[in-house]
Amino acid sequence: MAGAGKIRPAQTASETPELAAAAASNTRWAVPLIFEESVAGRSGVDLPRRQFESRPAIDLIGADLCRGALEDFPQASEPQVMRHFLRLSQLNFAQALQFYPLGSCTMKYNPVLNDECAQLPGFAALHPHTPAHLAQGALELMAKLEQALAEISGMDAISLHPAAGAQGELSGLLIIRACHMKRGQPRHKVIIPDTAHGTNPASSALAGFHVVVAKSGDRGYLEASQIARLVDDDTAALMVTNPSTLGIFEPEIREIANLLHERGAMLYLDGANMNALMGVAKPGDMGADVVQFNLHKTFSTPHGGGGPGAGPIGVKRHLEPFLATPRIVRDSDGYRLDSDRPDSIGKLRSFYGNFGMLVRAYTYILALGGDGLEQVSRRAILCANYIRERLRDHFPNATDQPVMHECVLTHDLEKKKGVSTLDIAKRLLDFGIHPPTIYFPLVVHGALMIEPTETESRQTLDDFVAAMERIYGEAMENPELLKQAPHALALRRVDEALAARRPLLRWTKP
Amino acid sequence: MSGEEHWNKIKIKPMRFLPQTDNEIAEMLAAVGAASIDDLIAHVPAQLRESAAIKLPAGLSEAQVAAELQALAKRNSGADRFRSFLGGGYYRHYIPAAVRAITARAEFATSYTPYQPEASQGTLQAIFEFQTLIAQLTGLDVANASMYDGASAAAEAVLMAHRISPRRGVVALARGLWPDYRLAIRTYLSAFPDVEIREIPFDGNQGSVSIDALRAAAGEKLLCIVTGYPNMFGIVEPLETISTLAHQAGALSISATAEPLALAMLKSPGELGVDIAVGEAQSFGLPLQFGGPGAGFFAARTAHLRQMPGRLVGETRDREGRRAFCLTLATREQHIRRERATSNICTNHSLCALAAAVYLSMFGGRGLRELAERNVEIAHYTADRLASAGIQRRLSGPFFNEFVAAVGSPANAIQAAERRGVLAGVPLGRDYPELGNGLLICATEMNQPADIDLLCDAMREVA
Repeated sequence: MAGAGKIRPAQTASETPELAAAAASNTRWAVPLIFEESVAGRSGVDLPRRQFESRPAIDLIGADLCRGALEDFPQASEPQVMRHFLRLSQLNFAQALQFYPLGSCTMKYNPVLNDECAQLPGFAALHPHTPAHLAQGALELMAKLEQALAEISGMDAISLHPAAGAQGELSGLLIIRACHMKRGQPRHKVIIPDTAHGTNPASSALAGFHVVVAKSGDRGYLEASQIARLVDDDTAALMVTNPSTLGIFEPEIREIANLLHERGAMLYLDGANMNALMGVAKPGDMGADVVQFNLHKTFSTPHGGGGPGAGPIGVKRHLEPFLATPRIVRDSDGYRLDSDRPDSIGKLRSFYGNFGMLVRAYTYILALGGDGLEQVSRRAILCANYIRERLRDHFPNATDQPVMHECVLTHDLEKKKGVSTLDIAKRLLDFGIHPPTIYFPLVVHGALMIEPTETESRQTLDDFVAAMERIYGEAMENPELLKQAPHALALRRVDEALAARRPLLRWTKP
Repeated sequence: MSGEEHWNKIKIKPMRFLPQTDNEIAEMLAAVGAASIDDLIAHVPAQLRESAAIKLPAGLSEAQVAAELQALAKRNSGADRFRSFLGGGYYRHYIPAAVRAITARAEFATSYTPYQPEASQGTLQAIFEFQTLIAQLTGLDVANASMYDGASAAAEAVLMAHRISPRRGVVALARGLWPDYRLAIRTYLSAFPDVEIREIPFDGNQGSVSIDALRAAAGEKLLCIVTGYPNMFGIVEPLETISTLAHQAGALSISATAEPLALAMLKSPGELGVDIAVGEAQSFGLPLQFGGPGAGFFAARTAHLRQMPGRLVGETRDREGRRAFCLTLATREQHIRRERATSNICTNHSLCALAAAVYLSMFGGRGLRELAERNVEIAHYTADRLASAGIQRRLSGPFFNEFVAAVGSPANAIQAAERRGVLAGVPLGRDYPELGNGLLICATEMNQPADIDLLCDAMREVA
């Protein structure tokens, strides 16, 4: 088996030479809190001399308004701060370092040039209140990104405002709500499948909707006949992720959209899984009225340990008047921002979007072009199918449907050996592999949701398969090994229950 | 040559992010029993596949992409070819090189939300430090792992107040709160029919919230008061008086801060009775980037911990008793509670929070205080110099690093300054007709006395 020879996990750190070496190297140190490393009198910055005479600031502003010193703040030199945070960095798994097949998270390679472009002074030092005629490059970039996303998705108008997928969902739902109100027919229900990401019902509730849960059919996808039974004149929208969180393309999506539209309801398509769709099927053609993009997934902006992302939305023409303000418009003087939109839902955030992430996504789209993006989705689908096929003996797929860019697998180790999906995930860490998304979607018991992405080589996929097979064998022979995992990291298994029982959310001076 | 013809001439087939060779693809297809990749998507309805082609120009080499982006960046002359006095919600500060060096590390930048704590201690500990720093700065008990930005954090604070006091429905927004913050609060609350939003005017002379108007709104239905601290005009609001008014009515006091450097100088919101302090951390090590991403911060009292939105990092132990960190109190969150969650937020602004943690660690308490003092000094120096040139402050309240100047015609003043290579400030007439001739001028440690000479020249020209 290709690559299998490279997989050398450990029983315990001390039993295996390479892990002992690792233990001695940088992954094993405990890093004190920056507050504990503080030494009174140190500083990491030097300010220049004052260039003019001034009364003391405290007199200028009024002593009664001023606080005392920030005594508990850390005091550290620059080398000390650098070492502190660099040591912390060594305790992270990261996409750039290792395979990170988190399902529905699209942990693809983040091209280095994206970051470099975002740091160009013309972008990084551009103040949001800069007059439009001095910010034409930024506005042009945003307008072109809107055009590209519209072409990729088959939607008519794009709004780049939302800061993340969940904010995109909220703005899309508020737009649907506003449109129904404008038609004089306020509607109160949103249908959401039981496989949905938790943000879908949370965003719906925030947008004032009552959530109706649609159970997945026996075949693992939404059936038009079932949606027909749920839709009524109070249904505002169906919110659906396609491909679903089972990695399945919703085959009846077009029929579902038609029957929603016949009843005056709309289709909200959660584009979290857009990495499967580029050049394969456009949400606009599926009948979506709203779609949200997660630029930090499909369009390669880095996840940043939990953001910042960007969650633009696309809408069909009838919803365009409701988009957040301002909109980018172009006239004879060039690009400008237009806030005169009486039907707009308003704003959900400051300024115009996470521009720094928009630069990165636009850079990525330019690099790949239309053909390249089509290749991205096709190869992502190939990689997921390959993993699914290679693992099918011990980790069968949760459904018998064809899969797209990710697959949801199950196993019998819980039944046979009392080994949980969490134990498998923790053991994968010992192999230097980030675990898949686990226990999601909720409809699959003990789910392992695997999204390899198109940027991983066949070798990496083979190494992963070998690790999973080896772990299966270990579970059969020595289940305790998995239950005690991880063994080779700086920490053993972390007690999450203790953290919740006795919340300790900040450092305080002893 | 048109743009499209140009692209088509130089097009390439991009391979650099796609490692599978033709041979490997053939082997992988054989393993899955498919003749081609298109076989794998044959189950997608044909009608959809037929219209799915992406009609964008073909891909480009890295050098070509870099050249295109550089050309776009150059067309933003407002970014780096002017001396700037722009503020109004986003602030110009020097960013120590260490901040970018740390946040550029792929170990931080390319990791996911730290769901697997054993493999994410770097992110988790840094965020725990961020939470601590924000709690110290705001004078409150706990801070979360970050929100998107100051405006959405303010909206989430009002939603949290509504969860704490569901029977109250009047939200009092100080009009001196940034327009975007007020709009975001309105939008987030737009689906709550029982909530009424009232804008409280500011005192036309002082620029701080009108206490009389606030007192009139402070009835038994009052849910919360939201105040900028300092506000849109740079004015330090009387937060203690405001908090007392809120509490006397049984309501919550919420402060929002877009320039958190001020919190190194001013009494902390917690000290002044504020229950929830939110704001924008962009000043702490994040570039302007045309307005995003920054990082929202969110701090509150322990009594309200279970109603907080967003992620929280907590300290715990591993199996062998070593200190460890993990995400905690997740039962408030959308992935567990779904439609009953405290917020829909999932991805937050973690890497921006890391930048803030590095920035604040570099400055320390003394450095940050000194930087805040420098900002106060240069802003007051600017106001004094303008006064000598005949341009007076429009509002008289105490201010931090920005102030409203009364100029005859803000548009003319801005043009006169632009001719001298200066961005004079943010005109207020559109958002504040009552301040029609107001120009918001912000001076930070990035401004030199020579910039102020040029600004004064321009103002004299149009005075």
